[in-house]
Amino acid sequence: MMELVCPAGTPAALRAAVEAGAHTIYCGFADETNARNFPGLNFDREEMAEGVAFAHARGSKVLVAINTFPRAGAEILWHRAIAAAKACGADAVILADIGLLAHAAEHHPELRRHLSVQAAAANPDAIAFYAEAFGVKRVVLPRVLTVDEIAAINREIEVETEVFVFGGLCVMAEGRCSLSSYATGKSPNMNGVCSPASHVDYAEEPGGLTARLGGFTIHRTAKGQPAPYPTLCKGCFTSGDQTGHVFEDPVSLDATRLIPALARAGVTALKIEGRQRSRAYVAEVVRSFRAAIEAEAAGRPMPEAALARLSEGQAATTGAYAKTWR
Amino acid sequence: MDLTVGPNHFFWEAPAVRAFYQSLAAAPVARVVLGEVVCSKRLPFWQDEIAPAAETLLAAGKDVAITSLALVTLKRERKATTALAEIGLPVEVNDLTALHSLPKGQPFWVGPLINVYNEGTLHWLAARGAVRVCLPPELPLESVAVLAGLGRDLGVAVEVWGHGRLPLAISGRCYHARLHDHAKDSCQFVCGLDPDGRDVETLDGQKFLAVNGVQTLSQSTASMAHQIEVLREAGITSLRLSPQSTDFAGVCAAYADRIAGRMTAEALAAELRTKVPGGRLSDGFLRGPVGAHWSGSAPQADRLAV
Repeated sequence: MMELVCPAGTPAALRAAVEAGAHTIYCGFADETNARNFPGLNFDREEMAEGVAFAHARGSKVLVAINTFPRAGAEILWHRAIAAAKACGADAVILADIGLLAHAAEHHPELRRHLSVQAAAANPDAIAFYAEAFGVKRVVLPRVLTVDEIAAINREIEVETEVFVFGGLCVMAEGRCSLSSYATGKSPNMNGVCSPASHVDYAEEPGGLTARLGGFTIHRTAKGQPAPYPTLCKGCFTSGDQTGHVFEDPVSLDATRLIPALARAGVTALKIEGRQRSRAYVAEVVRSFRAAIEAEAAGRPMPEAALARLSEGQAATTGAYAKTWR
Repeated sequence: MDLTVGPNHFFWEAPAVRAFYQSLAAAPVARVVLGEVVCSKRLPFWQDEIAPAAETLLAAGKDVAITSLALVTLKRERKATTALAEIGLPVEVNDLTALHSLPKGQPFWVGPLINVYNEGTLHWLAARGAVRVCLPPELPLESVAVLAGLGRDLGVAVEVWGHGRLPLAISGRCYHARLHDHAKDSCQFVCGLDPDGRDVETLDGQKFLAVNGVQTLSQSTASMAHQIEVLREAGITSLRLSPQSTDFAGVCAAYADRIAGRMTAEALAAELRTKVPGGRLSDGFLRGPVGAHWSGSAPQADRLAV
């Protein structure tokens, strides 16, 4: 059976995900060392140790994401986070930065290392580079690849692959995007945030509800229409005589129906995005995906669109997994 | 402090490429990075220009390197990346894929699209053979200073993004093709219509971004015009100038004058505003609140003239 890797932004969400059937939980410390550094989210050291113990007691694993790029002059914070993850009993750490990977390989060789999607290793040579240089055992693939390309990658590499199947969708190569800091000063790489709520502003204007990020208008919705969160790359912009979603519509990823194809492509683990989501949301998504993975393992058809109402903006896409998306 | 010309991010026809590099032979720049960094589909249209450009520039006393692609996914892109090591020029790594095939001990440069955010990463790259690193444009001055100091100790030249629309993101999806309702695989090379990228404005007409095939750039042209002294103080030894279609040799000459103390920051900025696409400048990543910020005193139009 494929491994289901589920998000937890809080200890309560971790417990809910384990109880709903997650094989593995990923989470992070409550600081800038992880790429979901949102107010009120994430774990302190004690909560992490308790969360790991809870998961282990029920046969689940815990991965700790330390996947921002350490700030020059402050690397010690990231080094301490790795040591803390090890002390808490984490099954692996998820890293993106070369310097941090080198540090972990040297100082904590027995602690399993996964390569974060933030490293955007998008082909077998890049993956081989990280495997050989830093001993990574699993790579989370960037969301720029088709299913066929993923299959081709798995034929050439020795390490495991993990792919996103549900939740928010980055349309840019992860870890290589500074759109957010261009508009707000805060970026995924440096601060663990993208299009942060602290820089969002809504205004009722004659044209409708206007959402701005760092003062830049991201979209405007007519009264009564659902207003999606103003994530920069999902905004509505004008270029020449065209106005629309230049980069991507406000959709989220749902690759449920591709689970059998991803299994055939040799993918080890399926990942759900959403450490910022509520415990109830996580539990519902985990239950649905556990059922889908079991259906796949048994050769039964995939449950259709059961999760549509949980998707952002009520619309879903299979993203780059289908070649036509590009 | 000297000047490095980065790889051209845009899709220009071969004669334009030829004229561009010929004009750089006499420009006051120390080194030039050649090659395609954005989209491998463009390369067949202009790759025959690379060898003559390298010859011309080497003959003019410039150092010359060849860049890797920024995002390598296809098999032929991997092959081309492997082949870079055999060209006989230093490779500028802009995707770590290139390091997999680069023989150990062969010195290389690191481009601004590699995430060099801290000492650990710079240490590792230097041990692997990096001799020159252009830092990511997003880095604040505090980080730049730490890394420039470490670079000096390690014998690695550290440069920063000095001029050009900022490379903010790269994607599997082609936004130029999307704007023209083409699929990426039948893109008809529409990115060639926009020699400095295609402007993207907000619904309120704020000048914001520019698309360049699979790449997203800032619409403002980043310029370190006002930051030369603080960068020099921080230990930065080179400024990277990224090609634009209008009077780039003039842009290089103006920066050289500024570095040599023959031109003030305001005078350089005033000259640049007449030359850069759209006429807007920014330098906020280094010291400002946001990347789009400009520290110069002259006002800039925030909105499109309607």
